[in-house]
Order: sequence, then C-alpha cells, then structure tokens
Amino acid sequence: MKAKVFVSLKPDVLDPQGKVVMQTLNNLGYNSVRQVRVSKMIEIELDTADREAARVELERAADKVLANPNTETFRIELED
Amino acid sequence: MARFNVIVFPGSNCDRDSFHIPSIRGHEVEFVWHKDTSLSRPDVVYLPGGFSYGDYLRAGAIARFSPIVNEIVRFAKRGGLVLGVCNGFQVLTETGLLPGALMMNRDLQFICRHQHVRVETAETPFTGGIHTGSVLDIPIAHKEGNYTIDAEGLQRLRDNGQVVFRYCSAGGEVSSAANPNGSLDNIAGIVNEGRNVLGMMPHPERAAEDVVVSRDGAALFESLEKFLA
Repeated sequence: MKAKVFVSLKPDVLDPQGKVVMQTLNNLGYNSVRQVRVSKMIEIELDTADREAARVELERAADKVLANPNTETFRIELED
Repeated sequence: MARFNVIVFPGSNCDRDSFHIPSIRGHEVEFVWHKDTSLSRPDVVYLPGGFSYGDYLRAGAIARFSPIVNEIVRFAKRGGLVLGVCNGFQVLTETGLLPGALMMNRDLQFICRHQHVRVETAETPFTGGIHTGSVLDIPIAHKEGNYTIDAEGLQRLRDNGQVVFRYCSAGGEVSSAANPNGSLDNIAGIVNEGRNVLGMMPHPERAAEDVVVSRDGAALFESLEKFLA
C-alpha cells in the first residue's frame, strides 16, 4: 500500500522559507499571493494491505520521527 | 583532569576541534562512535557541530535515534554534564533533553562569522566562572539556528533562568539588529531545568586558543574545570 505523510509547520510557527517564497512571488507580479507555507510530503510504501494497521503504524512513525511535535503537525493520506 | 567523550556521527565535522581543545587543556578525551552502546566513563559528553546524517528530514532528527544517544539521555538524566554545540544543540532538542527547536535562519542563509553573545547566567557548570552580562566573541556557523519555542515554554525558560547566551552587539546590547538568524528572544544557548545540559549555536571550540582570532570560548572550558575540580 502507498501512503503520503504531509508534515507542516504549526500555524503559529514562523516559516522563513514560506516568507521568502511569498516575497519572490510578489516580486514576480503574483500580487494576489498573501501567504505561503512550505511543507514536506513524504511518500511511503508499506508491506500491508490492512488500512487500519497502516494508519496506526504511520501515526506512530510520524509522532516519533517524521514530524517534530514542537513545531510541526502531520496528516496521513492512504492511497487506494 | 576531566574525561571528555566527543560523540561522532556520520557527518559530524567539528569533532576534531571538540577533541583538540579539551586535550590541549590536559584532559583525557575519547571519541565515541554513534553506533557504540556505551559511553566511556565521561565527566562531560560533547556533542559536536556538523551535519549528522546530512541534516536529512530535520537537523538532528536521525542522529537522535543513534544507539549512543539513548546512553547520553540516561547519562544526562542522572545529572551528567552534556554540552551540545550547533548540530549538537539540534540533536539535544530532538531528544527532548532541551525544549524548543532550531528552525531555518530567517534569511535562509548559512551564516559563518564571528558573533557576540551575552552571558545571561553564571549559574550553570558551563558559565560558572564568567560574570553575568559578559560579552563573548564566539563564531557561529549554521543554517538552522533560529531558536523557537511556544510562549509558555519561553516564559518557563525566562522564569527559571535557563537562557544562557543571547546574541548581542559588541557593546552587549541585545537587539534585533544584533540577531543573526531570527532566533526568538535572541536566544543563542539554553540549559535544561537541571542545568547540566547546555545547547548553544556558537562554537566555543573555535575560539579557545591563542592561534585564532578570539579566545573567549575558553571561558566555558575554564568554568567546567572549576566545576569539576
């Protein structure tokens, strides 16, 4: 089974990368861009077809290592 | 004479300097490989700067699961002295021994230069010989040194006097102009509540002998020696 783990900065954490990307977009004339946040997407293949088991395992992995709970949150997407 | 253990991860690049300074001061220093499962009877564990595991995922995130790090956590929880510099600081926040996290620098650039920091507390084994308010010139070299913590955590750091170093001007003024990386409250180094674990972005081992521009980093080693004597 394939899955995606999206790791994003918490909303109250300043994102220096997002800020610079936004400034660049504005400088290039994309004037309606108001906010940019840069996140990570991690593609994972699991050796199981059990969706529930996959989700539990990925949640543990994300909690332990993929995301830093101090600054980041995560979201898991299982592919069909 | 004290015993220093310098931890070596794949990608550590300040391990030789971190070995060199304590050893020229007459201490017994040993390298400890990240795959080792025991420390070598240290008085001080030194987590050096560098790019452990290429900074993959997040700086310090993978090193945190090295076998030796469990031993370092155990050592620290028994009150052992742990000094994490630069990448070492990042590893310490990832382990949870120190609160907060180190994010990418405000201007997204790797900064390598001399930097003034103000000593905010002498009540640590690492700064015991230094007057509070002293300004030290110690080089920084990092891209992820932008310290952050939630408002509650910051308040706790302040209330407990856990902020050890803050970025400042040559005259000791802590201001945003003197902040190289956007670090919250100009924080350059903190201790844990037990005051036996210090994480700092500046590199004291790069400013601790006469052949280099500044000798100010030697003050940390002098403090440790005084504490351990």
